[in-house]
Amino acid sequence: MTDDTEGMSYLSTLPRRLVTLYAPLSLIVIVLLFPFYWMTMTAIKPKEHLLDLDTHNPFWTLSPTLEHIEELLFKTDYPTWLWNTMFIAVAATILSLVASVFAAYAITRIRYRGAQWIGGAIFLAYLVPPSILFIPLSTVVFQYGLFDTPFALILTYPTILIPFSTWLMMGYFKTIPYELEECALIDGATRWQILTRIILPLAIPGLISAAIFSLTLCWNEYIYALTFINTTDNKTVPVAVVTAFTDGDQYRWGSLMAGALVGSLPLVILYAFFVEHYVSAMTGAVKE
Amino acid sequence: MTGEHGRWRRLRTNRDWLGFWFMLPAAAFLLLFLVYPLGLGIWLSFTDARIGSPGNWIGLENYEWIIGDAKFQTAVFFTLLYTLVASAFKFAIGLYLALLLNQAMPFKAIIRAVVLIPFIVPTVLSAIAFWWIFDPQFSVISWSLKKLGWIQGNINFLGDAWNARWSVIFANVWRGVPFIAISLLAGLQTLPPSLYEAATLDGATRWQMFRYVTYPLLTPIIAVVMTFSVLFTFTDFQLIKVLTNGGPAGSTELMATMSYNTAILGSRIGEGSAVSTAMVPFLLAAIMFSWFGLQRRKWQHGESND
Repeated sequence: MTDDTEGMSYLSTLPRRLVTLYAPLSLIVIVLLFPFYWMTMTAIKPKEHLLDLDTHNPFWTLSPTLEHIEELLFKTDYPTWLWNTMFIAVAATILSLVASVFAAYAITRIRYRGAQWIGGAIFLAYLVPPSILFIPLSTVVFQYGLFDTPFALILTYPTILIPFSTWLMMGYFKTIPYELEECALIDGATRWQILTRIILPLAIPGLISAAIFSLTLCWNEYIYALTFINTTDNKTVPVAVVTAFTDGDQYRWGSLMAGALVGSLPLVILYAFFVEHYVSAMTGAVKE
Repeated sequence: MTGEHGRWRRLRTNRDWLGFWFMLPAAAFLLLFLVYPLGLGIWLSFTDARIGSPGNWIGLENYEWIIGDAKFQTAVFFTLLYTLVASAFKFAIGLYLALLLNQAMPFKAIIRAVVLIPFIVPTVLSAIAFWWIFDPQFSVISWSLKKLGWIQGNINFLGDAWNARWSVIFANVWRGVPFIAISLLAGLQTLPPSLYEAATLDGATRWQMFRYVTYPLLTPIIAVVMTFSVLFTFTDFQLIKVLTNGGPAGSTELMATMSYNTAILGSRIGEGSAVSTAMVPFLLAAIMFSWFGLQRRKWQHGESND
């Protein structure tokens, strides 16, 4: 750990650290987490307490209830939406990982003519935001007959994921020594064998990082899902939750918050197991 | 026979051909669903296409129309304000948080993990939480401030033009700070401690250490992180769509939400494409500015180019 102040931290006294470190840090962390606390609180409060701030302290509840979550899971299509989201995210992630691994291997190791240039082009593709693509893409999706099917999203999400994953995998492949590959070539291994038996096993941390980060990006995607999907049964969680629990001006806050909470939990749990991979995915793509 | 065989062998082993086969899946996706739509979008912006009709070439008419449109001008103004203000705050708070997290403290790993949660949770879902926090009647912020006696009535967070603008900017900063903080923290952890020891021996103050050691060494990473941040903020859609849908009266409309409303809801694909194509020059300018602007500082400080 190359912590720059560790060696000198004995110089600062506790009161000083309270003011310069712990107080501001706690403030920021509280602000960052408050919306989730509030989301959880609202999701477990009885309906009649939600809009009655005077008799019940809004920050706390003495009678937690699962009625919102129960309603969500058994009286709405929420499980379908959750399944759609998961299915689309997993399918798009697998497709883009396969494509990215091949591309990254070709760019870093086969080094065909123009590989460097293609690598740069892929980085530029990373900078093309979905919000300038969705209008023409909607006409393309319609032409290909994909409109309102899960494939509209499964096939378009890789355009967001491939540039990022390719760039990340390139970084990992570059760290694997050439000598390993040369040895295998001399022993008569084909490129395919080298990739599957030598390179990929060594790049597993990179694969995990790319996979979970891709899942998160798919889960989070909104504009394509909103534009390309019409039928309620085909919607993903973010799109469905916003429209399903607002009847005109009537917002069903309990259900909305329960929907947001349940929709976030799978990602947060995944994140809890792979924190280091997340961080290296995020910073890996940035550092290159 | 042997010629045929030889050609097949060449296709399999020749570097360029091998590269071609390996690139094929990624290239197919990117050409079909990224490059082609990108070109198509620019073409559509010069036509009068509507949903269900391909449209005819009408030259610059769409652009002439949107430039004169007050709604578009407001959208451009707010998109720029949103990007500038939110990015500035995200950078300042993100860098500050990164510096705090880089200090020795108990439970450091857990705190660092917790800080990133707003980035993990889907934007739309956390936007729903903000929607409730910014409720005109039942906002917990209004309630707390009233209890403290600081305000009399409820704050109309999303109902008033400037309140709504500051509220969505706040939500965007909230969502963006973790990404910047954690990325910069990763950068901070690669800085050699010996430089700080040398600076301490020379009697540098904390501020001098930050100004003359940390900041210059961190500039390359800041450049990349801020380029991404500016880009994503400028093209933001989700947060505004859910929180205000561009309201009240178009005061929080971004160019992205305006293009959605025009093309998809209003069915005027040509005009909507013109609005989203108009984002491209701004994006290029933003990329150039943050890239070259910050890269130059790197060698101004006597850094090598690696």
